[in-house]
Amino acid sequence: MAGGIKKFVVGSFDDEAVLFPAVKNVRKAGYKIHDVYTPFPIHGLDHAMGLRETSLHTAGFIFAATGTTTALSCISWIFTKDWPLNIGGKPNFALPAWIPITFELTVLFSAVGMVLTFCYLCQLSPFIKKHHFHARATDDLFVMAIECTDKTNDAELQSFLEKAGAKEVNIQVAETGWWIGRYDKEQKLYREEKGY
Amino acid sequence: MSLLRYESQIREPLIGGEKDYHQITEDIISPIEMKPSRLWYIGFFISLGLLLFGAYSVYREVTYGIGQWNLNKTIGWGWDITNFVWWVGIGHAGTLISAILLLFRQGWRTGVNRAAEAMTIFAVMCAGQFPIWHMGRVWMAFFVLPYPNSRGPLWVNFNSPLLWDVFAISTYFTVSLLFWYSGLIPDLATVRDRAKTKLRKLLYGVASFGWTGSTKHWQRHESLSLVLAGLSTPLVLSVHTIVSFDFATSVIPGWHTTIFPPYFVAGAVFSGFAMVQTLLIVVRKVMGLQDYITLGHIEAMNKIIVLTGSIVGCAYLTELFIAWYGQNPYEWYAFSQNRANLFSPYGWSYWLMMFCNVVSPQLFWSSKLRRNITVTFFMSIIVNIGMWYERFVIIVTSIYRDFLPSSWSTYYSPTIWEIGFYLGTFGLFFTCFFLFAKYFPVVAVAEVKSILKTTGENYKAKMTEMDKMDAEKFYIEEVEHAH
Repeated sequence: MAGGIKKFVVGSFDDEAVLFPAVKNVRKAGYKIHDVYTPFPIHGLDHAMGLRETSLHTAGFIFAATGTTTALSCISWIFTKDWPLNIGGKPNFALPAWIPITFELTVLFSAVGMVLTFCYLCQLSPFIKKHHFHARATDDLFVMAIECTDKTNDAELQSFLEKAGAKEVNIQVAETGWWIGRYDKEQKLYREEKGY
Repeated sequence: MSLLRYESQIREPLIGGEKDYHQITEDIISPIEMKPSRLWYIGFFISLGLLLFGAYSVYREVTYGIGQWNLNKTIGWGWDITNFVWWVGIGHAGTLISAILLLFRQGWRTGVNRAAEAMTIFAVMCAGQFPIWHMGRVWMAFFVLPYPNSRGPLWVNFNSPLLWDVFAISTYFTVSLLFWYSGLIPDLATVRDRAKTKLRKLLYGVASFGWTGSTKHWQRHESLSLVLAGLSTPLVLSVHTIVSFDFATSVIPGWHTTIFPPYFVAGAVFSGFAMVQTLLIVVRKVMGLQDYITLGHIEAMNKIIVLTGSIVGCAYLTELFIAWYGQNPYEWYAFSQNRANLFSPYGWSYWLMMFCNVVSPQLFWSSKLRRNITVTFFMSIIVNIGMWYERFVIIVTSIYRDFLPSSWSTYYSPTIWEIGFYLGTFGLFFTCFFLFAKYFPVVAVAEVKSILKTTGENYKAKMTEMDKMDAEKFYIEEVEHAH
């Protein structure tokens, strides 16, 4: 899948203490922050950028409930309807003995489901490639990408970022979204490859 | 500063030396970009040799049958189940570090969690070998799974603790793997973005799933880690609880005690931390990671060893007391004769276990010994031996004399193929660990970076100065006010 080709002004910061006020100022000035790429999770940055809370944990709860239901309904159907086993004359519906498996399946469904949901939401998978604004965004730089619209004055925005404390500022044309690709091959924009 | 977590100035730094973010990347990732050292090759090939010997032992067991082992009429479970419980127990420390210490907000876990989680996964892989190959007709192994089949369908017995084990161990393995790998993705992306050769770019590009470090992704990643930690915490307790049910739900003297679940979980954490110490003391030295796995980390883990070791000791004494207090003649016989009687055939193993697990860890009440690497290393080996003997004592001394004295067995000792199988799992474990240390970042790079500014040595020194200045200023201002 290819997103649109857009122009970005990219500023790289080397200190999160400088990044925070910069994020605030950029937003106040009315620019649209495409994303901030950081080498490690920075607490509070999502709030500063105005992102909403993730509801991934709700998905986890739903998967967990599915696991519990699956375990209980399957075991009780098997042991009371499909093949009732007489074990020392004990009741077929032996709920206490099923708690361990029910618990394990609850955890298993929740964990597997959440990880898959996480990968789906963040578009993470082998052989997926995305545009990387700066190679050091996974090392020691905090990279802010600001989307340019028709009204944006690039030069003004660049100097704005420099004043805000960015160590490196440049303009990049990039395709947002993701595409199937390999990291040892040269990056080609989707549309270039297709010839339009 | 207000955005960062407050860390007391009295605590020693968790990251030593003059570090910045780039230096952390450099320190942790450059060892996996270089050619491995001669020591690595020696270790790797020794492990591979053990693995091959284990594979041959298993081959004999499958070809000629369980008779290749010295199991006999009353001892149907011997070394294999001992090893199974031992390996599963070792795995527990990794989850404790990665999940429970995350929930308790223990900053020091970041230095050791990656390697400990890897250890968990490899240990559970080793553990799984034993019940699988003990089945004898291993090509029927899939019979343990409940699936609609043409035999009735004949289902597995959901009321059996052995089936609970199937679910517990496979869930534990899957969840640990997911937890470990989801934590690895950002670090693999760091390796990818530093890669120089095409092959490395390809492989780490595939392995890192196209991670960019987007803030939204980090936010979800944090949420995922937290929930996985919350799930893993009861999971890890349940796994060894269920393993202990294999024994506790039976009616064998010495096994059917309600103390087993907590006693097994404490023992598992105890042995697991000993194995983490054994591995990390070597890793930090060989890979030069002394700034990340500091003496403080080793001391913290030794504190857990002395705590869990004492819980285990308490459990030993409790079950001994209850065996006497309960006045069940079979139970008391198992404890007083089969175990605690030094002159009975297996008495030596009970007292060896007592010495290794209860007496020797008490040395760690001394902070000098807790911070001594040589002592810690030897202690970790002693604890591992002791915990292996705990399972041996529980299993063998309870079943070598059953209710019918005429079938009391002769002395059980393993054959070379039984030992070979055990050595083979060591081969599997260390082969995996050597490969992991060569190709993956052994310390969680992103997590260490996130605690640098609160617990790094250079940052801590700066903050202490600032604190002092503030106090002086504050004092002067106060004095001026008073006048």
